[in-house]
Amino acid sequence: MDLYEYQGRDLFERHGLPVLAGGVATTPEEARAIAERLGGRVVVKAQVKVGGRGKAGGVKLAEGAEETVARASDILGMDIKGHTVHKIMITVTADVADEYYFSYLLDRANRTFLCIASVAGGMDIEQVAAEAPDKVVKAPIDAVEGVDEAKAREIVEAAGFPAEVADQVVEVAVGLWRAFVAEDATLVEVNPLATTAEGKLLLLDAKVSLDENAGFRHPDHEALVDQATVDPLEQAAKEKDLNYVKLDGEVGIIGNGAGLVMSTLDVVAYAGERHGNVKPANFLDIGGGASAAVMANGLEIVLSDPSVKSVFVNVFGGITACDAVANGIVQALGLLEQRGEQVTKPLVVRLDGNNAEAGRAILDGANNPLIERVDTMDGAAERAAELAAAGV
Amino acid sequence: MAIWLTKDSKVIVQGMTGSEGSKHTRRMLAAGTTIVGGVNPRKAGTTVDFDGTELPVFAGVADAMKDTGADVTVIFVPPQFTKAAVMEAIDAEIPLAVVITEGVPVHDTAAFWAHNVAKGERTRIIGPNCPGIASPGASNAGIIPADITGTGRIGLVSKSGTLTYQMMYELRDIGFSTCVGIGGDPIIGTTHIDALAAFEADPDTDAIVMIGEIGGDAEERAAEFIKANVSKPVVGYIAGFTAPPGKTMGHAGAIISGSAGTADAKKAALEAVGVKVGKTPTETAKLMRDLMSAS
Repeated sequence: MDLYEYQGRDLFERHGLPVLAGGVATTPEEARAIAERLGGRVVVKAQVKVGGRGKAGGVKLAEGAEETVARASDILGMDIKGHTVHKIMITVTADVADEYYFSYLLDRANRTFLCIASVAGGMDIEQVAAEAPDKVVKAPIDAVEGVDEAKAREIVEAAGFPAEVADQVVEVAVGLWRAFVAEDATLVEVNPLATTAEGKLLLLDAKVSLDENAGFRHPDHEALVDQATVDPLEQAAKEKDLNYVKLDGEVGIIGNGAGLVMSTLDVVAYAGERHGNVKPANFLDIGGGASAAVMANGLEIVLSDPSVKSVFVNVFGGITACDAVANGIVQALGLLEQRGEQVTKPLVVRLDGNNAEAGRAILDGANNPLIERVDTMDGAAERAAELAAAGV
Repeated sequence: MAIWLTKDSKVIVQGMTGSEGSKHTRRMLAAGTTIVGGVNPRKAGTTVDFDGTELPVFAGVADAMKDTGADVTVIFVPPQFTKAAVMEAIDAEIPLAVVITEGVPVHDTAAFWAHNVAKGERTRIIGPNCPGIASPGASNAGIIPADITGTGRIGLVSKSGTLTYQMMYELRDIGFSTCVGIGGDPIIGTTHIDALAAFEADPDTDAIVMIGEIGGDAEERAAEFIKANVSKPVVGYIAGFTAPPGKTMGHAGAIISGSAGTADAKKAALEAVGVKVGKTPTETAKLMRDLMSAS
């Protein structure tokens, strides 16, 4: 889960790291209250999870409450690269002397964590790494030993931070590592990490990603999910413990296992190239051992998407038995009808593996004109795309 | 023969008394796996009956190894307890630990991996969030269904469970030496490269199928490894060509971030070193079939 800048700032503040005083607003009036509390000159920043907001006009300075209200009105509702601005962060300003870069992240290739630090901050670190690789220090961090003062000093020296800020950077490096671990983050990035004219070190930006697998030890992380931008279908699926991602095509997809479902999306997209360019409408993994109830919930979510014109149920029975899946499909259609839903979209079903023959017989015996059985994955994808194209 | 798991492997189950653990212990026994016991400190000294097979429960992995000569552990404990379970397996220096559990925090995986490295990597870890390893006709450690395919001369390594099953099914008439599901998490113990190296060295494997998916650069690194170290033919498949950037596709590790981790980049890297990459699982199976019948 990627956090907004203001959530990252709050998280840093909670962990005792030096950030600018500020607050978050969703209306110009809330912005006024924050400006009055902070006093003087403030900066108003659009909260969007996309880069380049400064160039898009999403970051403005304001002097006093009235000007803050005006800038807040300008920025709220603005569209930045397809993201609507629903929230703004307002902070006091800082008299910046120098800008640095500092981050901790997951290093998949080396199965550990990595610290990236540079005295060339403020711009895209990938650009710095490409143009001046000697200005970027990448230090592997041992997941057990972590970052203590000695390790932090090693990084600070390697990156060549000026002597007068070295102690402060060491302190931030240790504190940031503690926050990274304590919050189960997979990324904490500060760009810029800045010094003021008075020589004080500040974390002026916050990019934080949290590990959703660690949610069981962070009940407070749930509140960080931004309900306003969560797709309503994704929300409904989550409430039913379904692993669903909304996409923008016409063929509803239900399958078991993340890899097989990803593969199904591909096969349907390829077939769509021959059928009016239809595409997958969603990712939905019903997992191993899917019951009739899980299938019913999945079908309900997929069928309630108005852009879905056909549904492809692709199941390989490993632990899941195909007869149970077939019963699930038949019962699910019955359940949906009992709930008063008119099911009119065709279902193409491919069952293979454990008890496939029994499963296919159940589907045939159900005699439901909406269910069409195709016994290969590629063939079924072709048929589902064809039906979707015909229904568009 | 096979890689890592053979008919002589003696398997224990951490979490054997839980619902998933007991269900799959029963399945593994039915598949012919030599299971010699389970681990649960609260039930140490008792036995559990699996359709006539009495399995002892030990207090710890080290006790179980000492008593039974176990050399493989399969871990089914919930995500909250997985780190401790794997740490215990590493401390006991068991040669192979198969971590089935899904939803393990990545800091926990990073911690047990670092611990394993600090101990000199005496334990091969497969997973977490994986279906396990199966050497058809010999032994089965994990949740891979045992009846899909028989023994043969293809080696299979895959990030995904159901795609593993699909590929085993497609090529069931040829059969497999060993199938390894390495898991879809951002940090995993055994990598594609480890499996490729083992299959290359295995006299009973003639060709290798490698299944990857979006996210990270493991497939690109595997391509480099193949170029320098693998003489046996390799056929590849990558899932997620049409996945949009920034959305996690089911597996915690399956996400395209920026320009990194795309299926196209992985396919290009594999093809550049002579690996044939199928567009669909069925096409990939056909590539392997053609290759096996040509040799």
